[in-house]
Amino acid sequence: MGCVEIRGISKLFGNVRAVDHVDLATNEGEFLVLLGPSGCGKTTLLRMIAGIEEPTEGDMVIDGRVVTNLPPRLRDIAMVFQSYALYPHMTVYKNIAFPLRARGVEKEAVRKKVEWAAGMFKIERLLDRKPRELSGGERQRVALARAMVREPSVFLLDEPLSNLDALLRTSAREELRQFQRRVGVTTIYVTHDQVEAMGLGDRIVVMSQGRIRQIGTPMEIYLWPADTFVATFVGSPPMNLLDHGDTLLGFRPETFLPADAVEGSEGVVTYPFEVTYLEYLGAERLVYGTVGEKSHARHVVSRLPGSLTLPLAAGKAYPFAVALRDLRRFDKKSGLYKEGVSS
Amino acid sequence: MSAPSVSEPAAVAARGGILDRESALAKMMIAPAILYIVAMIGVPFVLAVLYSLSDATTGDPSLKFVGLRNFAAALADPVFRLSLWNTVFFTLASQCIVVLLSRLLATALLKNFRGKWLVRFLIMLPWTAPISLGTIGWLWMLDSIFSPIDWVLRYVGLLGVPGALLGAGTNLYYLGVPGLAISSIILVDVWRILPLATVIQLAGLSSIPKDLMEAAEVDGATPWRRTLMITIPLTLPITSIAFLFGVVFTFTDLVVVYVLTRGGPVHMTQVLSSWTFFKGIEGGDLAQGAAISLFMFPVLAAVAILILRMARRTEVV
Amino acid sequence: MPNLRKLAGRGGLYSLLAAFAFFGAFPFYWMVIATFKTDHDLFGPTNNPFLFNEPPTLDHLKNLLFETHFHTYLTNTLWVGLAVVVITLVVAVPAAYSLARWARGWGEMLGIGIFLTYLVPPTILFIPLSRFTSSLGLQESLWSLILVYPTFTIPFCTWLLMGFFKTIPKDIEEQAMIDGLSRFGAMWKVVLPLSISGVLTVVVFAFTLSMHEFIYALTFISVSMKKTVSIGVPTELVRGDVFQWGSLMAGALIASLPVAVVYTFFLDRFVAGFTMGAVK
Repeated sequence: MGCVEIRGISKLFGNVRAVDHVDLATNEGEFLVLLGPSGCGKTTLLRMIAGIEEPTEGDMVIDGRVVTNLPPRLRDIAMVFQSYALYPHMTVYKNIAFPLRARGVEKEAVRKKVEWAAGMFKIERLLDRKPRELSGGERQRVALARAMVREPSVFLLDEPLSNLDALLRTSAREELRQFQRRVGVTTIYVTHDQVEAMGLGDRIVVMSQGRIRQIGTPMEIYLWPADTFVATFVGSPPMNLLDHGDTLLGFRPETFLPADAVEGSEGVVTYPFEVTYLEYLGAERLVYGTVGEKSHARHVVSRLPGSLTLPLAAGKAYPFAVALRDLRRFDKKSGLYKEGVSS
Repeated sequence: MSAPSVSEPAAVAARGGILDRESALAKMMIAPAILYIVAMIGVPFVLAVLYSLSDATTGDPSLKFVGLRNFAAALADPVFRLSLWNTVFFTLASQCIVVLLSRLLATALLKNFRGKWLVRFLIMLPWTAPISLGTIGWLWMLDSIFSPIDWVLRYVGLLGVPGALLGAGTNLYYLGVPGLAISSIILVDVWRILPLATVIQLAGLSSIPKDLMEAAEVDGATPWRRTLMITIPLTLPITSIAFLFGVVFTFTDLVVVYVLTRGGPVHMTQVLSSWTFFKGIEGGDLAQGAAISLFMFPVLAAVAILILRMARRTEVV
Repeated sequence: MPNLRKLAGRGGLYSLLAAFAFFGAFPFYWMVIATFKTDHDLFGPTNNPFLFNEPPTLDHLKNLLFETHFHTYLTNTLWVGLAVVVITLVVAVPAAYSLARWARGWGEMLGIGIFLTYLVPPTILFIPLSRFTSSLGLQESLWSLILVYPTFTIPFCTWLLMGFFKTIPKDIEEQAMIDGLSRFGAMWKVVLPLSISGVLTVVVFAFTLSMHEFIYALTFISVSMKKTVSIGVPTELVRGDVFQWGSLMAGALIASLPVAVVYTFFLDRFVAGFTMGAVK
């Protein structure tokens, strides 16, 4: 139940390849996040899974059925749009009932299911209201209830939290995650916000320019990025990258610490770090500075935990280091991850 | 938590039908409009061209090719030349007046005041009432004997008394004297188009974002400068559209001329549309009538292209 | 001091507006007076035309309604109007939707093509169309008008509706398709109910445009009983050489005012259609 297989899917708009030969398969019941900057093809891919966009090449398979040429209504999927797309002329009740009525389910059965779905998202008291009378958070819940009322095998979400204000976003994120765990429906979620992706996803699919860069758990993507794009897109501030011949050496800001604080049983690389300025953020300090000779100095960021109270001043240089095990190597030309231990 | 179980009616068509397919549906839905327009506008237009190149009459409607004889005959006919001139003159004269007046009126209508809806209704009457019926009202106003306008002129002594400014006769023959007849036609043309032009200009004026004007005020621009450097350039496209539409309607107008003067006196107010009617329909000379009407086409084509260009330029901000 | 300037400004504004309102409405004001003035009063050369020098009369109205074919003209106009509205809706609504949603490539060209039909006015088409309708045996019949009037209602109403459909977010239709409707079903059950005011505007304009039309009616119909109000009033209310001015004015008034009132309500939409939504 709920297995989506994307086989060699491409989408061309004129000469532009919005999605470029994507292969992907979901695990049953997982929360899969499609992450990438705008224009990377994640929304186009989602729309092709839904059936509102037709792929130029490739096949779409849902639960073993080839659905590539089927219209959305025959695919047993549900979708929540960024704008929620609530029918403005219908009450919340009618909105949620819509997918059932469209399939000819009779009134009594519809009522039971609508009440069940509304209860799941705690919006029973809103059933008689119209969408324009609801707040952003309430509209989002109505959209979710409408999607769930059919108990689809796949659940698609297109940046559903981006229209909520920041405070609401974090609590909505938590509720969404809990809800998905409870119901266990395979969910594919599109976002450009990497914090959201890391928080929600069982697995994350990082995309750029229509292609998949890496698929993995949040930890895999963060600690073992497949290329420089993933390395710099995920994580804020992004991974530091230094020139080293035909290789780029990468290390995360939180692994770049004063030499005394680095525990490196397997070896340590030291860099003289000239500090440019500091940001005090409470739980941590971000230290911006440069590493290397004056002529080819590279900008580097260090992330110091609040517990590390070593005083630092702008304009001075300090010995900083990275443990060898935290160092990653990328081929300079292709950006891809390279195996091996640095010298 | 699981949902109450419910059985969905079976047999959703397994493959999706024509009502799903976008391109088929798109073509199906636009087809009737296209077919109708081709059949009822495209084909007749071609027929008009064919007629103009033939010698068809209502008595003998067969199409025998005679080349450009009809066009040559038209150009040689003094009445045709007069109607061509009149058409251009009436149109340009009335529409230039309309552009200025409608701009003035639109500016006034930007403000809020009590009874605005009534004023709007009255101002719009010339356009919202059927054109032939509104013109009938003018027929009486411009009557050679009973004109109320003449009555007022006589009352204030501008007319009907020896030595009066407008003469000693009891009436001005608005529709009988060539100069006055022409002015009357132009007047009614202005009267009719003014509401339309006003509403279009009003839409243009109200679409200028408030902050642009406020920024200009803060920058120290006087009302004159603001009008010259902001309002006029920004509303130029929409003003042009109003002008061009007015041109189209006046250029092709038959009603005003037909109802007021029938093209008289002695063809002095004849325009292309009315002359086409008299020659082609009443006179039965289909070929000649078609040829006369086709002289309108180049101007209309140019106007339509201009309108399209202007419409593209109306993205204000 | 500033108050005086404001007052003068306001005074100027009001007089300007009064002047324009007067200019626009005067012929109609005149129609009202002429309708109720006795002939004797109307034609007395020294009588003040703006006052009722004799008591007002209902004779002209009676004459209009009972002695002439005016009521027939009205019913003719109504029938033609309704039929044209139906045809326009059936043809323009799907065409507008198709152009609004799927206007890629050929759609754009078609949209412009439809606009270009304005290039070909009735005064070019009426000669071939008169032959065409008579060859169909429709001369002197209201059907000739019903057949031909959509030539100006369809292009305009399609433009109007196109602009209107474009304001409905695509999201909602896509959601409806995911929720279980076909493409057509989504248009029928979700988009149309949201477009009621656009459809209403089309109804009003198609009707008023047919009511205003003069040229085709004049060309195709000469039999008195078949005339519409637009040509009937100016051509038929003449006995011999004499205009029945009172009834003429009454007829013009009755036929003009209701249309004008309704049209005024929808004027903003009309302009939007005219400028092709260029001004938002």
